[in-house]
Amino acid sequence: MLAYIFRRLVWMVPSLVAVSFLAFFLIQLPPGDYVTTYVATLAASNEIVDQRTAQELRERFGLEQPFIVQYWKWITGILLRGDFGLSFEWQQPVSGLIWERMGLTLLLTSSTLAMTWAIALPIGVLSAVRQYSVVDYFFTFIAFLGLAIPGFLLALVLMYVAVVHFGQDVGGLFSEEYQTAPWSFDKFVDLLAHLWVPVVILAVNGTAGLVRVMRANMLDELHRPYVTTARAKGLSEIRLLIKYPVRLAINPLISTIGWMLPQLISGATIVAVVMSLPIAGPLLLQALLSQDMYLAGAFLLLMCTLTLVGMLLSDILLALVDPRIRYD
Amino acid sequence: MNAIQPGAAAPTEPHAIDRTAAASQWRLMWWNFRRHKLAMAGGIIVLLLYVVALVPDFLATTDPGKQNARAVFHPPQMIRLIETTEDGWRIRPHVQAMRLTRDRVTLAPTFTPDPSRKIYLGFFVEGYEYELLGLFTTSIHLFGPENPRESVFLFGADRLGRDVYSRMMKAAQTSLFIGLIGVFLSLVIGLILGGISGYYGGRTDFVIQRVIEFVLSLPTIPIWLALGAALPQGWPPERIYLCITIILSLVGWAQLARVVRGRFLSLRTEDFVTAARLDGASEKRIIFRHMLPSFASHIIASITLAIPAMILAETALSFLGLGLQPPVISWGVLLREAQNIRSIATAPWLFAPGGAVVVAVLALNFLGDGLRDAADPYQK
Repeated sequence: MLAYIFRRLVWMVPSLVAVSFLAFFLIQLPPGDYVTTYVATLAASNEIVDQRTAQELRERFGLEQPFIVQYWKWITGILLRGDFGLSFEWQQPVSGLIWERMGLTLLLTSSTLAMTWAIALPIGVLSAVRQYSVVDYFFTFIAFLGLAIPGFLLALVLMYVAVVHFGQDVGGLFSEEYQTAPWSFDKFVDLLAHLWVPVVILAVNGTAGLVRVMRANMLDELHRPYVTTARAKGLSEIRLLIKYPVRLAINPLISTIGWMLPQLISGATIVAVVMSLPIAGPLLLQALLSQDMYLAGAFLLLMCTLTLVGMLLSDILLALVDPRIRYD
Repeated sequence: MNAIQPGAAAPTEPHAIDRTAAASQWRLMWWNFRRHKLAMAGGIIVLLLYVVALVPDFLATTDPGKQNARAVFHPPQMIRLIETTEDGWRIRPHVQAMRLTRDRVTLAPTFTPDPSRKIYLGFFVEGYEYELLGLFTTSIHLFGPENPRESVFLFGADRLGRDVYSRMMKAAQTSLFIGLIGVFLSLVIGLILGGISGYYGGRTDFVIQRVIEFVLSLPTIPIWLALGAALPQGWPPERIYLCITIILSLVGWAQLARVVRGRFLSLRTEDFVTAARLDGASEKRIIFRHMLPSFASHIIASITLAIPAMILAETALSFLGLGLQPPVISWGVLLREAQNIRSIATAPWLFAPGGAVVVAVLALNFLGDGLRDAADPYQK
């Protein structure tokens, strides 16, 4: 068991190296570099930058060096000094821009995960116990609908309804007065008051899949002999359900935490752009569009790391919960 | 275990049982599939959608690219089948014409129904010229205004006065085929890698498995965005289209490779594969003659379930402006018009392409679900 966890941890090292390579490769991909974009922007406002200045800028940012040298500088800076480089566009260190947004991303995704489980588990159990009933059909239909509606579309419709019928803007995560305010208890309460809208939107997509899995798992377990035995011994139906089949049916679900996290981060990225939430997604998009490579790279790296860590946690959790799984 | 065989009427009729025993695998699957009502409905809708994707211009009423300054944010018009005149009523499809008036102070356009004018609709009418199936040029459309100079807006018009309905038809072509091509590319990668992994096992399997796990653990949208941002803006739309398809399948193959590998692994130990090997069949023959037919159905089901994911991905990418670029139109490109709250507050019909996405994804999911259930007729 410990050996398994240890091996799983060791396996994280090559994964993280691969992710960092990927992130750096992706931000190097676009033709041209930030200086090209910068010069083009200045040219649009009738400022001409001569070739020499552009060259100097390139040298200052170290954009001329070969890929592997730039990568090495970048990754050692992050690992040794927590220095993610300089954001060209914002003219300040990347590390000052990302942490609050990454924190909010983590908060949003973990609340969504909790919400998804809280909704999906009871519905999945109910659908399985009352298989082929009206309730089952209703939730199956809703589940499929939830799978089919893209999160950003749901967000748009919700915002439309809120604006047109209630005259309210549901975008953002903070009220105006708290947007730039330092963190305080009031700001946190304000955050919670705004957070539930994107959480519900994101949960709709995740819940749908989870309900299907939970229902299928429960159906597998419900006809096992141990259920009949427990029933024959006179256990009440609710106690019986919670004590035996539900516990077994949850196991495969734990492994879905790991798979859900990448999907959640993906979904949150677009929903955040639509609802202008101050999380990683919108700034990543903006950084990608303006070729602000270190900023984009930091977000890509951290988002991928987040999902890798989520995967690791779900694997370890599964090992702890299910003694039937053997590791050798 | 399953006592009721599909298609078999009653166990008392001996020939009915014979029918099941003698039926081919694909026939058994078809019987199995037919029982699944939602999947059947999904299949029919998918079929219709792909008909639209084949001949979008035939179904459109107005040139999708045609701008009309007098029809900016023109509201949708409902088709009325029955016309009442002084002489009684008759069946004649038409829409109510709208009159454009501008506010004197703000110049904001408002459309009011013009009761004196009706636009009559007919079947197989003349319209704009287009190429049917890429074969010949024609200007016949399934339906449209009888007078080619008039225009109807079934789903309203956008901020440039372009007909949303006709644009949705054209966009269906792009969106549905990008799903199909993307899945085909993923399938090729998935089949090769999954097949190698499952067939050879051992160290090869270990390495490929780790790669697949790695790809699956990445958040797709950020990666797609980064790849989409890497495409040069100046490229011709066709090349962008091709690249977007490749980008989508670069991430999409892993799921398919897993399915293929799983089937390969479970089939490798089946008796009939061992028998074929003992018979001295070559590896190629074992894979293509013996193994492939028995998991082809699973692959088809997985593909069907992968297409909606591709469509959603393309929609999301184009919606954010990193996917397809105008003049190519897809549902995602159309939804960009609905991006800001102001324009959807004025013109809620801009959501219509979103409805198309939902219908397509839902239908494909139901179809795929039914196919998956029917894929293995010998089990249970």
